[in-house]
Amino acid sequence: MTNLSLFRESTRSWLADNCPKSMREPMLEKDICRGGRNHIFQSNDQKIWLDRMASKGWTAPTWPIEFGGAGLCKEQAKVLREELIAIEARPPVSGMGISMIGPAILEFGSETLKKQHLPAMARGEIRWCQGYSEPNSGSDLAGLQTKAENFGDHLIVNGQKVWTSYGDDADWMFCLVRTNTDVGKHSGISLVLFDMETKGVTTRPIQLISGTSQFCETYLDDVRVEIDQIVGEIDAGWTVAKYLLTHEREALGKMGSSPVERSIKEQAITCLDLTNGRLNDEVIRKELIDWEIDYFCHQLTSERVNAEIASSGVGNTSAMLKYYGTELNKRKYELLISIHGSESMHWEDNPVSRQWLRSKGNSIEGGTSEIQLNIIAKRILGLG
Amino acid sequence: MNLVLNEEETMIKDAANDFLFENAGPDHLRNLRDDPDSKGFSVSLWGQMIDLGWPSLLVPEEFGGLDFSNVGMGQIMQQVGCHLATSPLLITGILGVTLLKNSSSNHWKAKILPLIAQGKTKMAIAIDETSRHDPQVIQTKLTPKAGEYVLNGTKLNVVDGQVADSFIVIAKIPSEKPKETDDICFVIVDSNQQGISVKNNLLIDSRKTSSLIFSDVKVTDKQILKFNESSESILQKLLSTANIYLSAELLGIAEKAFELTMQYLKTRSQFGVKIGSFQALQHRSANLWAEIELGKSIVLKALRSLDEMDQDINKIASMAKAKTSKIAENATNEGIQMHGGIGMTDEFYIGFYLKRAKVSQLLFGDWKYHLDRAAYLSGY
Repeated sequence: MTNLSLFRESTRSWLADNCPKSMREPMLEKDICRGGRNHIFQSNDQKIWLDRMASKGWTAPTWPIEFGGAGLCKEQAKVLREELIAIEARPPVSGMGISMIGPAILEFGSETLKKQHLPAMARGEIRWCQGYSEPNSGSDLAGLQTKAENFGDHLIVNGQKVWTSYGDDADWMFCLVRTNTDVGKHSGISLVLFDMETKGVTTRPIQLISGTSQFCETYLDDVRVEIDQIVGEIDAGWTVAKYLLTHEREALGKMGSSPVERSIKEQAITCLDLTNGRLNDEVIRKELIDWEIDYFCHQLTSERVNAEIASSGVGNTSAMLKYYGTELNKRKYELLISIHGSESMHWEDNPVSRQWLRSKGNSIEGGTSEIQLNIIAKRILGLG
Repeated sequence: MNLVLNEEETMIKDAANDFLFENAGPDHLRNLRDDPDSKGFSVSLWGQMIDLGWPSLLVPEEFGGLDFSNVGMGQIMQQVGCHLATSPLLITGILGVTLLKNSSSNHWKAKILPLIAQGKTKMAIAIDETSRHDPQVIQTKLTPKAGEYVLNGTKLNVVDGQVADSFIVIAKIPSEKPKETDDICFVIVDSNQQGISVKNNLLIDSRKTSSLIFSDVKVTDKQILKFNESSESILQKLLSTANIYLSAELLGIAEKAFELTMQYLKTRSQFGVKIGSFQALQHRSANLWAEIELGKSIVLKALRSLDEMDQDINKIASMAKAKTSKIAENATNEGIQMHGGIGMTDEFYIGFYLKRAKVSQLLFGDWKYHLDRAAYLSGY
């Protein structure tokens, strides 16, 4: 038996013994464990599951053991992922720590930053948010104006961030600031980390058209940031930012695949019914299969691309997967509205109404579809 | 399932690309079109393909073939699309071989498969009876007569019918069980048999197809191909195989049409700049590129499903054909539009891709046909 199949066997039996039964049930938005200082565990099982996974280092399996990971190689991590999927285990913790800033600190950060932040992230103790967009820099992210003045051992930051996801619940922020105004706009940016409890940081939720307020505005007034909290070199934050954006695109590209809800096909059949094996609405039938084919192709492409870049790290297809995946998600909700009919307009008792509204942001957040198309045209197709 | 090509599959793809780059392409196609004696495919190219062993690739070893995978053969078909290569490979080397391989008629397997492997025979498969593909409509009939049968009916759109040595004809045959509706069957007839008339049609892509009329063609029981599963299911699988390979070809067409268009956007100047610098064209190009990436995934998935004898093969085939048909349609239409006026001229290559793409889309069902088939097979 190979080492990998031995690993699979031991993983499977450990998961069988250690993943609480309730943590294998389908999950709704409210069941997601995002961790952090203010997190209230929904159940004892949720806490046990996080603690057990964290003590194995399996919340961040490929990170080195000293930083809270398990030091697994890519193949082992894949086995772990497959075994988790096989038992339909819920993610023990999710959020922007382990998936975004963690890998960036590991790649670009100093030893101090790694020791300070990574283990707490892996244990789900600190919840992170992202300070990227500003009122006047959305698509033109590198045009950001939040200013950080250098006082040798610390920076003083002033400015405003917007679209900070869960900013009001987060413990720490990773934030792009301008540390140099004398150079080109891409060259004077730094990525800094600070505690959201630092004096001068205030957040305000933004109510969306869907009625929720997942996003915040964050005001930074004379916020003191220690100099050792810069990730990578000072003024060289754009490189780190781009690395992070690729990770974000990859995550968003996987949208449209939520195992929780019933498939659109099932919903269509329930709402519209079949006659002799055919859906009772020819036009919706056509739209639905068209969507299903594109969705299938998108999933296959994500699978294919992951296999192709397994050895070479992050690839250049994330822009495409993000663009296509989010456009698919918008199409999905348009289709669901048609399928559910006027009931889908009910604000309180039909979730489709708010999901449809929320989906309109998919092709805006994390870089608009138009920005993704620019990236493809310029970087991949070489159109200048 | 592995969605990455292995070393052997990559090698065959590269070899096919190198070979067809030298020996096929739009200029060769133009010569074929302008040849008054054209047979609707390049005889010399087919000869070279035979020398390379391509018609033997899918033939089992016991019949003198190489027993190669569909993924491997699919790489060749993709390059056939890229280089607009004309040959009987699809019908004889792929569909004829697949059908005979699945048959339990050892006589025909032993007789024809070695000939195909050596490039010594060409076949045609007569399915369609309606201009718009609809395999439910089969009126060609095999009627019992004095211990034998007679075959009567008309077949349309028979690819390579003009050059085939034999035809495999899909026909209705009275059911063995009384009161039940007719079965379908696969009949092998020699193209020289009495009672067959062949009318050739020249297509927009310089290929030829035939309309075949069968009038009281004598058929013995031996000429009916036998299978270990129902003829209906064999026909569906045959059509799925055809459509998966056409998907590979359409993907190759789309890739090349897109490549030609990108080259043009980088060389053509208007308003003092390269037209590729205009965002209106960039976004459409980027969108097309994304679609082609999706096409690559579904084609590879479909070819692997063929090798693995996936239970959902018919559904996957329709999904692949629907998707690649749309992609090739977009890539060639956008190609013409982005080339502008010269895209409408015979001198430029893009028009040849537009023409072949449309013929491949229509063959054995276009986007709309396969959307509906995929929906039906998905349970709605």
